[in-house]
Amino acid sequence: MPENIEQMEDLSSTEKDRLAQTGLEVEMKNRSGSFFQVDQDIRQAASLEKGIEVLAIGEALRKYDWLKDHYWKLVPRDKDQYTKFVADQPDPRGFVIIARKGSRTVYPLQACLFLSKTPVQHVHNLIIAEEGAELHIISGCASASYTKTGSHVGVSEFYVGKGARVTSTMIHNWGEEISVFPRSAALVEEDGVFLSNYVCMQPVRKVQMAPVAYLKGKNAIARFSSITVTTPGSYMDLGSVVHLSAEGASAELLTRAITTGGTLISRGMIEGEVGHTKGHIECKGLILRDGVIHAIPEIKGNVVDTELSHEAAVGKIARDEIEYLMSRGLDEGVATATIIRGFLDVKIAGLPDVLQKQIDAAIDAAEKSGF
Amino acid sequence: MLDIEDLHVEIGGKEVLHDINLHIGEGETHVLMGPNGSGKTTLLRAIMGFAGLTLTEGRITFKGHDITRIPLHERAKMGMGMLFQRPPTIAGLKLGKLLEVTSGGDLKKVEEYSQYLHMDNFLDRSINLGFSGGEIKRSEVLQLMIQKPDFVMLDEPESGVDLENISLIGNAIAKLVDKDVHIVNRKKSGLVITHTGYILDYLDADFGHVMCDGVFRCHGNPREILKVIKTSGYKECLACQKI
Ligand SMILES: Nc1ncnc2c1ncn2[C@@H]1O[C@H](COP(=O)(O)OP(=O)(O)O)[C@@H](O)[C@H]1O
Ligand SMILES: [Mg+2]
Repeated sequence: MPENIEQMEDLSSTEKDRLAQTGLEVEMKNRSGSFFQVDQDIRQAASLEKGIEVLAIGEALRKYDWLKDHYWKLVPRDKDQYTKFVADQPDPRGFVIIARKGSRTVYPLQACLFLSKTPVQHVHNLIIAEEGAELHIISGCASASYTKTGSHVGVSEFYVGKGARVTSTMIHNWGEEISVFPRSAALVEEDGVFLSNYVCMQPVRKVQMAPVAYLKGKNAIARFSSITVTTPGSYMDLGSVVHLSAEGASAELLTRAITTGGTLISRGMIEGEVGHTKGHIECKGLILRDGVIHAIPEIKGNVVDTELSHEAAVGKIARDEIEYLMSRGLDEGVATATIIRGFLDVKIAGLPDVLQKQIDAAIDAAEKSGF
Repeated sequence: MLDIEDLHVEIGGKEVLHDINLHIGEGETHVLMGPNGSGKTTLLRAIMGFAGLTLTEGRITFKGHDITRIPLHERAKMGMGMLFQRPPTIAGLKLGKLLEVTSGGDLKKVEEYSQYLHMDNFLDRSINLGFSGGEIKRSEVLQLMIQKPDFVMLDEPESGVDLENISLIGNAIAKLVDKDVHIVNRKKSGLVITHTGYILDYLDADFGHVMCDGVFRCHGNPREILKVIKTSGYKECLACQKI
């Protein structure tokens, strides 16, 4: 066990590899800022981009009084035992990212949350994109190879201003005995776009989350995508909730789920609260080995002229698809893997190339290990 | 190239093909005709080695090897290929990705052939998802051009294809069976199912066979057979006492 991890560079190559799988660039190549927290110690908070600040949350709350209008304003402190636990911390951890009016990140900002020794890691993050700002964040969460048990509780509040664009891509690489409880919410104003992507292809004991987006401004857009492989012994309860509360608002929830023996619950909820709104839920699941995929898509329309739909399908790979590829000379294993790779191969509209590549790489790694 | 002896095939306990014998030599192209449901596709699927049908009797020899019991992909690797009448749709798997795998990563070849078949805009699309009839056939021919089988089976390559595309597909198929190679050096063989015979304008077929109710009714000159079928339909074949 390492004595003290000061910088990302100080990590052993095993740990660096685990983090790299979550999309983190230890060398900061193609990154415009970085936040690094090991257990409860914040090791780095820096931005290379003009108009964009990355701060430790304690420091940020002292520096900017106005942050109190954002702190615990989207996620209620008493939502559940996990938010209460985070709210009870005398000294909050996590990061604050502020993208000033019109600023944009050319490269994504990376946030690395690394679980090393403590039994419970807690973070509270605030992400604020002011009018017209463009912000891409990749959060990699991983536990050390030597950390067998523990849990991670994270509260994140996203504020997407008028015409702003925020993408948040979270790639998880936990251990078999780690439990994870993210609690996130986003407020999207007029013409704002919020894309949230979740990728988890590695074992984890339990993940439970249901991020919420409030589309409060006209023509606001939210898109949640989730690409997961649930391995034996893993239990993932993943949902996303969108409230279409302004004219022209639209939402899409997309899920590609594979189980190789674990349990996945995929919840989706879109509520059309006003007219001229649209929402669609698409969930596709593949059961490769006996496990559970439970899709619970919900749509609720409260007015005339909200268009909501969902489609969900769970099954196995069709024999005729495998044979089709075999007739082109692929053996059964390669044919199956090629189809699975295609199944997971979702191109997320509006996501910068670097981040799409990172998602693709996480899928490649899962493919190499044979799903 | 291919020898089929006394082949009997069952689907779901019912015999669909009865006592089929067929010899296709190197460099030969054969045409298979017959009414709907007569067993043409089943014969191709049996030769290729698909699951879902049972070979109860008989033997298939390919390039001198008995392949009656060997798996589908090994037959493909030995040099067999098939153009599907109705290929499956594979949501998510991009045509370009499949071609990358089957070409062994030869992206230049993929690009060249897909341009030739006007399929370059389809490489990023899920295989056959929302493809029109003609696009499906062009995608099939493209996959076969990359695969380069020595013996290719074509299940109704022209059905659902408009006139403009038929010459594109016809010319590409002609290359697949070495029609651009002098007859003396022609190595590739083909077995083509056709109803209309349009495809014969692009590939001169050497032999024709008519199948009715799972048996061969007639063997002969493909153009002559087609002429009879076009004027009097398959009832002439059914009534024919020559066999
Ligand atoms: N999967 C199947 N299950 C049951 N019957 C089948 C199946 N496939 C083909 N058949 C039957 O086998 C016979 C031959 O079909 P097919 O080979 O497709 O004919 P063709 O290609 O000449 O139109 C038909 O009677 C058809 O209904
Ligand atoms: Mg047929």
